[in-house]
Amino acid sequence: MAATRRRFFSDMSVMLGRSLRHIFRSMDTIITVTLMPIALMLLFVYVFGGAIHTGTDNYVNYLLPGILLIAIASGISYTAFRLFMDMRRGVFERFHAMPIARSAALWGHVLTSLVSNAISVAVIILVALVMGFRSPAGVWSWLAAAGILALFTLALTWVAAIAGLSAKSVDGAGAFSYPLIFLPFISSAFVPTEPMPGPVRAFAENQPVTAIVEALRSLLAGQPVGNDIWLALAWCLGILLVAYIFAMRAYKRRSA
Amino acid sequence: MPNTAIQVKGLQKSYKKLHVLKGVDFQVEQGSIFALLGGNGAGKTTIVKILATLLKPDGGTAAVNGFDVASEPDGVRQSISLTGQFAAVDEILTGRENLMMIARLRHLKNPRHVADDLLNRFGLAGAADRRVSTYSGGMRRRLDIAMSLVGEPQLLFLDEPTAGLDPEARIEVWKMVKELAGHGTTVFLTTQYLEEAEQLADRIAILHGGRIIAGGTLAELKKLFPPARVEYVEKQPTLEEIFLAIVGSGGPARQAARDGKKEAR
Repeated sequence: MAATRRRFFSDMSVMLGRSLRHIFRSMDTIITVTLMPIALMLLFVYVFGGAIHTGTDNYVNYLLPGILLIAIASGISYTAFRLFMDMRRGVFERFHAMPIARSAALWGHVLTSLVSNAISVAVIILVALVMGFRSPAGVWSWLAAAGILALFTLALTWVAAIAGLSAKSVDGAGAFSYPLIFLPFISSAFVPTEPMPGPVRAFAENQPVTAIVEALRSLLAGQPVGNDIWLALAWCLGILLVAYIFAMRAYKRRSA
Repeated sequence: MPNTAIQVKGLQKSYKKLHVLKGVDFQVEQGSIFALLGGNGAGKTTIVKILATLLKPDGGTAAVNGFDVASEPDGVRQSISLTGQFAAVDEILTGRENLMMIARLRHLKNPRHVADDLLNRFGLAGAADRRVSTYSGGMRRRLDIAMSLVGEPQLLFLDEPTAGLDPEARIEVWKMVKELAGHGTTVFLTTQYLEEAEQLADRIAILHGGRIIAGGTLAELKKLFPPARVEYVEKQPTLEEIFLAIVGSGGPARQAARDGKKEAR
Protein backbone atom coordinates (compact mmCIF):
# COMPACT_ATOMS: atom_id res chain seq x y z
CA MET A 1 0.00 0.00 0.00
CA ALA A 2 2.80 2.39 0.91
CA ALA A 3 4.57 1.47 -2.31
CA THR A 4 1.41 2.12 -4.32
CA ARG A 5 1.01 5.49 -2.66
CA ARG A 6 4.61 6.45 -3.33
CA ARG A 7 4.13 5.37 -6.93
CA PHE A 8 0.96 7.44 -7.17
CA PHE A 9 2.72 10.64 -6.10
CA SER A 10 5.76 10.18 -8.31
CA ASP A 11 3.55 9.24 -11.30
CA MET A 12 1.29 12.17 -10.62
CA SER A 13 4.18 14.61 -10.50
CA VAL A 14 5.27 13.38 -13.94
CA MET A 15 1.71 13.92 -15.22
CA LEU A 16 1.54 17.34 -13.58
CA GLY A 17 4.87 18.30 -15.17
CA ARG A 18 3.48 17.27 -18.52
CA SER A 19 0.28 19.27 -18.41
CA LEU A 20 1.98 22.29 -16.84
CA ARG A 21 4.25 22.37 -19.88
CA HIS A 22 1.08 22.53 -21.98
CA ILE A 23 0.08 25.73 -20.20
CA PHE A 24 3.43 27.43 -20.21
CA ARG A 25 4.05 26.58 -23.86
CA SER A 26 0.71 27.87 -25.02
CA MET A 27 0.21 30.98 -22.96
CA ASP A 28 -2.57 31.84 -25.40
CA THR A 29 -4.92 29.73 -23.26
CA ILE A 30 -4.24 32.04 -20.31
CA ILE A 31 -4.68 35.10 -22.53
CA THR A 32 -8.02 33.84 -23.94
CA VAL A 33 -9.21 33.01 -20.45
CA THR A 34 -8.31 36.41 -18.98
CA LEU A 35 -9.27 38.57 -21.95
CA MET A 36 -13.05 38.18 -21.73
CA PRO A 37 -13.30 38.84 -17.96
CA ILE A 38 -11.00 41.86 -18.28
CA ALA A 39 -13.12 43.21 -21.14
CA LEU A 40 -16.25 42.70 -19.03
CA MET A 41 -14.61 44.48 -16.14
CA LEU A 42 -13.69 47.48 -18.34
CA LEU A 43 -17.18 47.54 -19.83
CA PHE A 44 -18.97 47.44 -16.50
CA VAL A 45 -16.69 49.88 -14.73
CA TYR A 46 -16.30 52.51 -17.45
CA VAL A 47 -19.53 52.13 -19.47
CA PHE A 48 -22.36 50.77 -17.30
CA GLY A 49 -20.76 51.52 -13.97
CA GLY A 50 -21.93 55.15 -13.80
CA ALA A 51 -25.56 54.03 -14.00
CA ILE A 52 -25.26 51.18 -11.53
CA HIS A 53 -25.90 52.00 -7.89
CA THR A 54 -24.44 49.43 -5.56
CA GLY A 55 -24.17 51.54 -2.46
CA THR A 56 -20.36 51.51 -2.63
CA ASP A 57 -18.16 54.27 -3.93
CA ASN A 58 -15.72 51.88 -5.61
CA TYR A 59 -17.48 49.75 -8.24
CA VAL A 60 -14.27 47.81 -9.13
CA ASN A 61 -14.20 46.49 -5.56
CA TYR A 62 -17.83 45.44 -5.92
CA LEU A 63 -17.31 43.81 -9.31
CA LEU A 64 -14.03 41.94 -8.91
CA PRO A 65 -15.25 38.76 -7.12
CA GLY A 66 -17.82 38.05 -9.85
CA ILE A 67 -15.26 38.70 -12.59
CA LEU A 68 -12.87 36.20 -10.97
CA LEU A 69 -15.61 33.55 -10.90
CA ILE A 70 -16.34 34.15 -14.60
CA ALA A 71 -12.63 33.74 -15.37
CA ILE A 72 -12.51 30.41 -13.51
CA ALA A 73 -15.71 29.18 -15.16
CA SER A 74 -14.22 29.80 -18.60
CA GLY A 75 -10.74 28.58 -17.59
CA ILE A 76 -11.89 25.10 -16.64
CA SER A 77 -13.22 24.42 -20.13
CA TYR A 78 -9.58 23.95 -21.19
CA THR A 79 -9.30 21.08 -18.73
CA ALA A 80 -12.31 19.45 -20.39
CA PHE A 81 -10.65 20.02 -23.75
CA ARG A 82 -7.29 18.52 -22.67
CA LEU A 83 -8.98 15.49 -21.10
CA PHE A 84 -11.02 14.94 -24.23
CA MET A 85 -7.94 15.15 -26.47
CA ASP A 86 -5.97 12.75 -24.27
CA MET A 87 -8.79 10.28 -24.49
CA ARG A 88 -9.29 10.59 -28.22
CA ARG A 89 -5.60 10.45 -29.09
CA GLY A 90 -5.13 7.28 -27.05
CA VAL A 91 -2.75 8.95 -24.59
CA PHE A 92 -4.78 7.61 -21.67
CA GLU A 93 -4.73 4.13 -23.20
CA ARG A 94 -0.97 4.26 -23.35
CA PHE A 95 -0.80 5.29 -19.68
CA HIS A 96 -3.34 2.70 -18.62
CA ALA A 97 -1.47 -0.15 -20.25
CA MET A 98 1.55 0.80 -18.13
CA PRO A 99 2.15 -0.19 -14.51
CA ILE A 100 1.20 3.20 -13.08
CA ALA A 101 -1.54 4.41 -10.76
CA ARG A 102 -4.56 4.92 -13.01
CA SER A 103 -5.97 8.03 -11.41
CA ALA A 104 -2.57 9.78 -11.63
CA ALA A 105 -3.31 10.84 -15.22
CA LEU A 106 -6.57 12.48 -14.16
CA TRP A 107 -5.14 14.21 -11.08
CA GLY A 108 -2.34 15.66 -13.18
CA HIS A 109 -4.93 17.55 -15.23
CA VAL A 110 -6.90 18.60 -12.16
CA LEU A 111 -3.88 20.11 -10.39
CA THR A 112 -2.83 21.81 -13.60
CA SER A 113 -6.24 23.44 -13.73
CA LEU A 114 -5.62 24.87 -10.25
CA VAL A 115 -2.28 26.31 -11.34
CA SER A 116 -3.52 27.83 -14.61
CA ASN A 117 -6.61 29.35 -13.00
CA ALA A 118 -4.46 30.79 -10.22
CA ILE A 119 -2.36 32.52 -12.87
CA SER A 120 -5.48 33.91 -14.62
CA VAL A 121 -6.89 35.15 -11.31
CA ALA A 122 -3.58 36.85 -10.45
CA VAL A 123 -3.47 38.58 -13.86
CA ILE A 124 -7.03 39.87 -13.46
CA ILE A 125 -6.36 41.13 -9.92
CA LEU A 126 -3.36 43.06 -11.26
CA VAL A 127 -5.52 44.69 -13.94
CA ALA A 128 -8.14 45.49 -11.29
CA LEU A 129 -5.47 47.17 -9.15
CA VAL A 130 -4.60 49.40 -12.08
CA MET A 131 -8.31 50.21 -12.46
CA GLY A 132 -8.55 51.31 -8.85
CA PHE A 133 -9.27 48.13 -6.90
CA ARG A 134 -8.17 48.57 -3.30
CA SER A 135 -8.43 46.15 -0.41
CA PRO A 136 -7.83 46.87 3.26
CA ALA A 137 -7.96 43.11 4.00
CA GLY A 138 -5.19 41.45 5.98
CA VAL A 139 -3.19 38.33 5.13
CA TRP A 140 -5.70 35.93 6.70
CA SER A 141 -8.62 37.38 4.79
CA TRP A 142 -6.66 37.15 1.54
CA LEU A 143 -5.71 33.55 2.32
CA ALA A 144 -9.35 32.73 3.05
CA ALA A 145 -10.39 34.34 -0.26
CA ALA A 146 -7.69 32.38 -2.08
CA GLY A 147 -8.90 29.21 -0.39
CA ILE A 148 -12.49 29.77 -1.53
CA LEU A 149 -11.34 30.52 -5.08
CA ALA A 150 -9.18 27.35 -5.08
CA LEU A 151 -12.08 25.26 -3.79
CA PHE A 152 -14.40 26.78 -6.40
CA THR A 153 -11.82 26.00 -9.12
CA LEU A 154 -11.45 22.44 -7.88
CA ALA A 155 -15.22 21.92 -7.82
CA LEU A 156 -15.72 23.29 -11.34
CA THR A 157 -12.67 21.37 -12.62
CA TRP A 158 -14.34 18.11 -11.64
CA VAL A 159 -17.49 19.29 -13.41
CA ALA A 160 -15.26 19.93 -16.43
CA ALA A 161 -13.79 16.44 -16.04
CA ILE A 162 -17.26 14.90 -16.39
CA ALA A 163 -17.77 16.84 -19.62
CA GLY A 164 -14.30 16.06 -20.97
CA LEU A 165 -14.53 12.36 -20.18
CA SER A 166 -18.03 11.78 -21.54
CA ALA A 167 -18.16 14.19 -24.49
CA LYS A 168 -18.50 12.84 -28.01
CA SER A 169 -16.92 15.84 -29.73
CA VAL A 170 -14.51 18.70 -28.99
CA ASP A 171 -17.39 21.18 -29.11
CA GLY A 172 -19.35 19.11 -26.61
CA ALA A 173 -16.38 19.06 -24.27
CA GLY A 174 -16.18 22.86 -24.23
CA ALA A 175 -19.84 23.88 -24.51
CA PHE A 176 -20.83 23.00 -20.95
CA SER A 177 -18.97 26.00 -19.55
CA TYR A 178 -21.26 28.60 -21.20
CA PRO A 179 -24.06 28.28 -18.62
CA LEU A 180 -21.42 28.39 -15.87
CA ILE A 181 -20.02 31.63 -17.29
CA PHE A 182 -23.53 33.08 -17.45
CA LEU A 183 -24.48 32.19 -13.87
CA PRO A 184 -22.73 35.22 -12.26
CA PHE A 185 -24.92 37.59 -14.31
CA ILE A 186 -28.01 36.37 -12.45
CA SER A 187 -26.48 36.91 -9.04
CA SER A 188 -25.27 39.78 -6.93
CA ALA A 189 -21.96 39.81 -8.83
CA PHE A 190 -22.75 42.90 -10.96
CA VAL A 191 -25.76 44.53 -9.35
CA PRO A 192 -27.57 44.14 -6.01
CA THR A 193 -30.38 41.60 -6.15
CA GLU A 194 -33.00 43.78 -4.42
CA PRO A 195 -34.44 45.51 -7.52
CA MET A 196 -34.79 42.22 -9.47
CA PRO A 197 -38.34 40.90 -10.06
CA GLY A 198 -39.55 38.23 -7.61
CA PRO A 199 -38.66 34.87 -9.21
CA VAL A 200 -35.35 36.15 -10.65
CA ARG A 201 -34.42 37.58 -7.29
CA ALA A 202 -35.31 34.31 -5.55
CA PHE A 203 -33.04 32.41 -7.97
CA ALA A 204 -30.24 34.97 -7.74
CA GLU A 205 -30.20 34.96 -3.97
CA ASN A 206 -30.22 31.20 -3.61
CA GLN A 207 -27.72 30.11 -6.23
CA PRO A 208 -24.09 29.34 -5.31
CA VAL A 209 -22.48 32.30 -7.10
CA THR A 210 -24.20 34.87 -4.88
CA ALA A 211 -23.03 33.20 -1.67
CA ILE A 212 -19.48 32.87 -3.01
CA VAL A 213 -19.40 36.43 -4.37
CA GLU A 214 -20.73 37.88 -1.11
CA ALA A 215 -18.20 35.93 0.94
CA LEU A 216 -15.31 37.03 -1.29
CA ARG A 217 -16.49 40.65 -1.31
CA SER A 218 -16.67 40.79 2.49
CA LEU A 219 -13.27 39.12 2.85
CA LEU A 220 -11.57 41.49 0.40
CA ALA A 221 -13.27 44.50 1.99
CA GLY A 222 -11.95 43.42 5.37
CA GLN A 223 -15.48 43.15 6.74
CA PRO A 224 -17.04 40.37 8.83
CA VAL A 225 -18.21 37.59 6.48
CA GLY A 226 -21.11 36.23 8.50
CA ASN A 227 -23.00 33.24 7.21
CA ASP A 228 -22.02 33.68 3.58
CA ILE A 229 -18.64 32.01 3.96
CA TRP A 230 -20.19 28.83 5.35
CA LEU A 231 -22.81 28.83 2.63
CA ALA A 232 -20.06 29.37 0.03
CA LEU A 233 -17.97 26.52 1.45
CA ALA A 234 -20.99 24.22 1.56
CA TRP A 235 -21.82 24.94 -2.08
CA CYS A 236 -18.22 24.40 -3.22
CA LEU A 237 -17.76 21.19 -1.24
CA GLY A 238 -21.16 19.88 -2.35
CA ILE A 239 -20.48 20.51 -6.04
CA LEU A 240 -16.97 19.10 -5.62
CA LEU A 241 -18.19 15.87 -4.06
CA VAL A 242 -20.99 15.19 -6.54
CA ALA A 243 -18.87 16.13 -9.56
CA TYR A 244 -15.96 14.03 -8.31
CA ILE A 245 -18.16 10.94 -7.96
CA PHE A 246 -19.61 11.32 -11.46
CA ALA A 247 -16.24 12.16 -13.02
CA MET A 248 -14.61 9.09 -11.47
CA ARG A 249 -17.50 6.97 -12.69
CA ALA A 250 -17.07 8.35 -16.23
CA TYR A 251 -13.32 7.78 -16.00
CA LYS A 252 -13.68 4.16 -14.91
CA ARG A 253 -16.27 3.52 -17.60
CA ARG A 254 -13.95 4.93 -20.23
CA SER A 255 -10.92 3.01 -19.01
CA ALA A 256 -12.54 -0.20 -17.70
CA MET B 1 4.89 -21.71 -19.69
CA PRO B 2 8.33 -20.41 -20.55
CA ASN B 3 7.89 -20.34 -24.31
CA THR B 4 4.40 -18.92 -24.60
CA ALA B 5 4.05 -15.15 -24.63
CA ILE B 6 0.29 -15.10 -25.12
CA GLN B 7 -2.23 -17.85 -24.45
CA VAL B 8 -5.86 -17.13 -25.34
CA LYS B 9 -8.71 -19.61 -24.80
CA GLY B 10 -12.38 -19.19 -25.61
CA LEU B 11 -12.25 -15.39 -25.43
CA GLN B 12 -15.69 -13.71 -25.56
CA LYS B 13 -16.66 -10.06 -25.67
CA SER B 14 -19.87 -8.21 -26.47
CA TYR B 15 -20.64 -4.51 -26.71
CA LYS B 16 -24.30 -4.25 -25.73
CA LYS B 17 -26.02 -6.37 -28.39
CA LEU B 18 -23.02 -6.72 -30.66
CA HIS B 19 -21.26 -10.04 -30.10
CA VAL B 20 -17.74 -9.22 -31.31
CA LEU B 21 -15.66 -12.14 -30.03
CA LYS B 22 -17.36 -15.53 -29.98
CA GLY B 23 -14.68 -17.78 -28.56
CA VAL B 24 -11.23 -16.82 -29.81
CA ASP B 25 -8.31 -19.23 -29.35
CA PHE B 26 -4.68 -18.71 -30.25
CA GLN B 27 -1.22 -18.73 -28.82
CA VAL B 28 1.89 -16.70 -29.51
CA GLU B 29 5.42 -17.94 -28.96
CA GLN B 30 8.04 -15.80 -27.34
CA GLY B 31 10.29 -13.90 -29.69
CA SER B 32 8.03 -14.31 -32.70
CA ILE B 33 6.05 -11.85 -34.80
CA PHE B 34 2.37 -12.71 -34.73
CA ALA B 35 -0.08 -11.01 -37.07
CA LEU B 36 -3.79 -10.87 -36.42
CA LEU B 37 -5.49 -10.29 -39.72
CA GLY B 38 -9.05 -9.11 -40.14
CA GLY B 39 -11.31 -6.53 -41.75
CA ASN B 40 -12.69 -3.38 -40.19
CA GLY B 41 -14.76 -4.17 -37.12
CA ALA B 42 -13.60 -7.77 -36.93
CA GLY B 43 -12.56 -7.26 -33.31
CA LYS B 44 -8.78 -6.97 -33.67
CA THR B 45 -8.56 -3.88 -31.48
CA THR B 46 -10.87 -5.49 -28.94
CA ILE B 47 -8.45 -8.39 -28.60
CA VAL B 48 -5.49 -6.02 -28.22
CA LYS B 49 -7.34 -4.03 -25.57
CA ILE B 50 -8.19 -7.16 -23.61
CA LEU B 51 -4.60 -8.40 -23.76
CA ALA B 52 -3.28 -4.97 -22.73
CA THR B 53 -5.68 -4.93 -19.70
CA LEU B 54 -7.72 -2.01 -21.05
CA LEU B 55 -10.91 -4.06 -21.42
CA LYS B 56 -12.29 -6.95 -19.42
CA PRO B 57 -13.34 -10.05 -21.35
CA ASP B 58 -16.88 -11.43 -20.86
CA GLY B 59 -15.70 -15.02 -21.02
CA GLY B 60 -12.68 -17.22 -21.62
CA THR B 61 -9.13 -16.71 -20.41
CA ALA B 62 -6.12 -14.81 -21.63
CA ALA B 63 -2.61 -14.98 -20.19
CA VAL B 64 0.25 -12.69 -21.13
CA ASN B 65 3.76 -13.75 -20.14
CA GLY B 66 2.15 -16.15 -17.69
CA PHE B 67 -0.02 -13.50 -16.00
CA ASP B 68 -3.79 -13.71 -16.24
CA VAL B 69 -5.11 -10.46 -17.74
CA ALA B 70 -8.17 -10.40 -15.48
CA SER B 71 -6.65 -11.34 -12.13
CA GLU B 72 -3.05 -10.15 -12.46
CA PRO B 73 -3.23 -6.99 -14.59
CA ASP B 74 -0.22 -5.40 -12.86
CA GLY B 75 1.99 -8.33 -13.83
CA VAL B 76 0.82 -7.99 -17.41
CA ARG B 77 1.43 -4.24 -17.49
CA GLN B 78 4.99 -4.72 -16.22
CA SER B 79 5.95 -6.78 -19.24
CA ILE B 80 4.04 -5.24 -22.15
CA SER B 81 3.82 -2.08 -24.15
CA LEU B 82 0.95 -0.85 -26.28
CA THR B 83 1.13 1.16 -29.46
CA GLY B 84 -2.47 1.97 -30.24
CA GLN B 85 -4.16 2.74 -33.53
CA PHE B 86 -3.49 6.45 -33.27
CA ALA B 87 -0.04 7.77 -32.51
CA ALA B 88 -0.44 8.47 -28.78
CA VAL B 89 2.23 11.15 -28.58
CA ASP B 90 2.07 14.48 -26.80
CA GLU B 91 2.11 17.15 -29.51
CA ILE B 92 3.12 20.02 -27.28
CA LEU B 93 6.13 18.24 -25.81
CA THR B 94 9.30 17.58 -27.80
CA GLY B 95 10.28 14.11 -28.92
CA ARG B 96 12.85 13.86 -26.17
CA GLU B 97 10.37 15.00 -23.51
CA ASN B 98 7.85 12.42 -24.66
CA LEU B 99 10.40 9.64 -24.24
CA MET B 100 11.67 10.96 -20.91
CA MET B 101 8.11 11.15 -19.60
CA ILE B 102 7.55 7.46 -20.30
CA ALA B 103 10.96 6.58 -18.84
CA ARG B 104 10.02 8.40 -15.62
CA LEU B 105 6.66 6.64 -15.48
CA ARG B 106 8.52 3.35 -15.83
CA HIS B 107 10.79 4.45 -12.96
CA LEU B 108 13.99 4.00 -14.97
CA LYS B 109 17.31 5.20 -13.57
CA ASN B 110 18.48 7.58 -16.27
CA PRO B 111 15.56 8.93 -18.35
CA ARG B 112 17.70 11.26 -20.45
CA HIS B 113 20.09 8.51 -21.41
CA VAL B 114 17.23 6.16 -22.30
CA ALA B 115 15.64 8.90 -24.42
CA ASP B 116 18.86 9.77 -26.29
CA ASP B 117 19.45 6.13 -27.01
CA LEU B 118 16.02 5.61 -28.57
CA LEU B 119 16.17 8.91 -30.48
CA ASN B 120 19.36 7.74 -32.14
CA ARG B 121 18.00 4.31 -32.87
CA PHE B 122 14.88 5.67 -34.50
CA GLY B 123 16.60 8.41 -36.49
CA LEU B 124 14.93 11.16 -34.50
CA ALA B 125 18.04 12.67 -32.91
CA GLY B 126 17.90 15.69 -35.24
CA ALA B 127 14.28 16.43 -34.31
CA ALA B 128 14.70 15.57 -30.61
CA ASP B 129 14.10 19.09 -29.32
CA ARG B 130 11.37 20.06 -31.73
CA ARG B 131 7.74 19.90 -30.68
CA VAL B 132 6.00 16.80 -31.93
CA SER B 133 3.33 18.98 -33.57
CA THR B 134 5.95 19.74 -36.25
CA TYR B 135 6.65 16.05 -36.97
CA SER B 136 5.47 14.22 -40.09
CA GLY B 137 3.13 11.24 -39.81
CA GLY B 138 6.01 8.80 -40.20
CA MET B 139 8.10 10.53 -37.54
CA ARG B 140 5.16 10.49 -35.15
CA ARG B 141 4.69 6.79 -35.66
CA ARG B 142 8.40 6.17 -35.09
CA LEU B 143 8.32 8.22 -31.89
CA ASP B 144 5.16 6.37 -30.87
CA ILE B 145 6.87 3.00 -31.27
CA ALA B 146 10.05 4.31 -29.61
CA MET B 147 7.92 5.34 -26.62
CA SER B 148 6.62 1.80 -26.44
CA LEU B 149 10.15 0.46 -26.28
CA VAL B 150 11.17 2.49 -23.24
CA GLY B 151 12.10 0.02 -20.52
CA GLU B 152 12.51 -2.82 -23.05
CA PRO B 153 9.20 -4.63 -22.62
CA GLN B 154 9.17 -8.32 -23.51
CA LEU B 155 6.01 -8.01 -25.55
CA LEU B 156 4.95 -5.23 -27.88
CA PHE B 157 1.40 -4.73 -29.15
CA LEU B 158 1.13 -2.84 -32.42
CA ASP B 159 -2.45 -2.08 -33.38
CA GLU B 160 -2.50 -1.31 -37.12
CA PRO B 161 0.95 0.26 -37.01
CA THR B 162 0.96 1.41 -40.63
CA ALA B 163 -2.62 2.64 -41.02
CA GLY B 164 -2.57 6.07 -42.62
CA LEU B 165 1.15 6.08 -43.40
CA ASP B 166 2.66 6.76 -46.83
CA PRO B 167 4.57 3.90 -48.51
CA GLU B 168 7.99 5.11 -47.38
CA ALA B 169 6.97 5.45 -43.76
CA ARG B 170 5.28 2.06 -43.93
CA ILE B 171 8.46 0.39 -45.11
CA GLU B 172 10.36 2.16 -42.34
CA VAL B 173 7.98 0.73 -39.75
CA TRP B 174 8.31 -2.75 -41.25
CA LYS B 175 12.08 -2.53 -41.04
CA MET B 176 11.84 -1.49 -37.42
CA VAL B 177 9.50 -4.31 -36.47
CA LYS B 178 11.84 -6.86 -38.08
CA GLU B 179 14.77 -5.45 -36.13
CA LEU B 180 12.86 -5.64 -32.88
CA ALA B 181 11.97 -9.27 -33.38
CA GLY B 182 15.62 -9.89 -34.21
CA HIS B 183 16.47 -8.64 -30.72
CA GLY B 184 14.07 -11.12 -29.13
CA THR B 185 11.04 -8.90 -28.50
CA THR B 186 7.73 -10.63 -29.10
CA VAL B 187 5.58 -8.57 -31.45
CA PHE B 188 1.81 -8.90 -31.67
CA LEU B 189 0.46 -6.83 -34.53
CA THR B 190 -2.94 -6.36 -36.07
CA THR B 191 -3.42 -5.34 -39.65
CA GLN B 192 -5.92 -5.29 -42.45
CA TYR B 193 -3.21 -5.31 -45.10
CA LEU B 194 -2.49 -8.81 -46.29
CA GLU B 195 0.88 -7.75 -47.60
CA GLU B 196 1.93 -6.50 -44.19
CA ALA B 197 1.19 -9.84 -42.55
CA GLU B 198 2.99 -11.62 -45.36
CA GLN B 199 6.04 -9.37 -45.01
CA LEU B 200 6.44 -9.48 -41.26
CA ALA B 201 4.76 -12.32 -39.50
CA ASP B 202 6.12 -15.69 -38.44
CA ARG B 203 2.59 -16.79 -37.76
CA ILE B 204 -0.70 -15.36 -38.99
CA ALA B 205 -4.19 -15.77 -37.59
CA ILE B 206 -7.28 -14.67 -39.48
CA LEU B 207 -10.09 -13.25 -37.36
CA HIS B 208 -13.50 -13.39 -38.99
CA GLY B 209 -17.03 -13.53 -37.61
CA GLY B 210 -15.75 -13.46 -34.02
CA ARG B 211 -13.51 -16.49 -34.36
CA ILE B 212 -10.04 -17.40 -35.62
CA ILE B 213 -10.95 -19.15 -38.86
CA ALA B 214 -7.41 -19.99 -39.96
CA GLY B 215 -3.97 -19.81 -38.44
CA GLY B 216 -0.41 -20.89 -39.01
CA THR B 217 2.72 -19.92 -40.90
CA LEU B 218 2.39 -18.34 -44.31
CA ALA B 219 3.46 -21.65 -45.90
CA GLU B 220 0.80 -23.53 -43.94
CA LEU B 221 -1.86 -21.06 -44.93
CA LYS B 222 -0.86 -21.32 -48.57
CA LYS B 223 -1.33 -25.09 -48.41
CA LEU B 224 -4.97 -24.55 -47.54
CA PHE B 225 -5.58 -23.19 -50.98
CA PRO B 226 -5.26 -24.66 -54.47
CA PRO B 227 -1.64 -24.96 -55.62
CA ALA B 228 -0.13 -22.08 -57.53
CA ARG B 229 -0.47 -22.18 -61.29
CA VAL B 230 2.28 -20.99 -63.55
CA GLU B 231 1.22 -18.12 -65.80
CA TYR B 232 3.26 -15.81 -67.94
CA VAL B 233 2.26 -12.19 -67.46
CA GLU B 234 4.20 -9.10 -68.44
CA LYS B 235 5.13 -7.53 -65.12
CA GLN B 236 4.20 -3.87 -64.98
CA PRO B 237 5.71 -1.81 -62.17
CA THR B 238 3.20 -1.08 -59.44
CA LEU B 239 2.38 2.52 -58.63
CA GLU B 240 4.19 2.04 -55.35
CA GLU B 241 7.38 1.02 -57.13
CA ILE B 242 7.08 4.00 -59.46
CA PHE B 243 6.49 6.32 -56.52
CA LEU B 244 9.48 5.02 -54.62
CA ALA B 245 11.72 5.14 -57.69
CA ILE B 246 10.80 8.77 -58.42
CA VAL B 247 10.98 9.96 -54.83
CA GLY B 248 14.22 8.01 -54.59
CA SER B 249 14.93 8.85 -50.99
CA GLY B 250 17.10 6.74 -48.67
CA GLY B 251 18.72 3.68 -50.21
CA PRO B 252 17.73 1.25 -47.42
CA ALA B 253 14.03 2.04 -47.71
CA ARG B 254 14.07 1.42 -51.43
CA GLN B 255 16.10 -1.71 -50.99
CA ALA B 256 13.63 -2.91 -48.40
CA ALA B 257 10.81 -2.18 -50.81
CA ARG B 258 12.49 -4.22 -53.52
CA ASP B 259 13.26 -7.03 -51.10
CA GLY B 260 9.69 -6.92 -49.96
CA LYS B 261 8.41 -7.22 -53.52
CA LYS B 262 10.76 -10.08 -54.27
CA GLU B 263 9.69 -12.01 -51.22
CA ALA B 264 6.07 -11.34 -51.92
CA ARG B 265 6.22 -12.80 -55.40
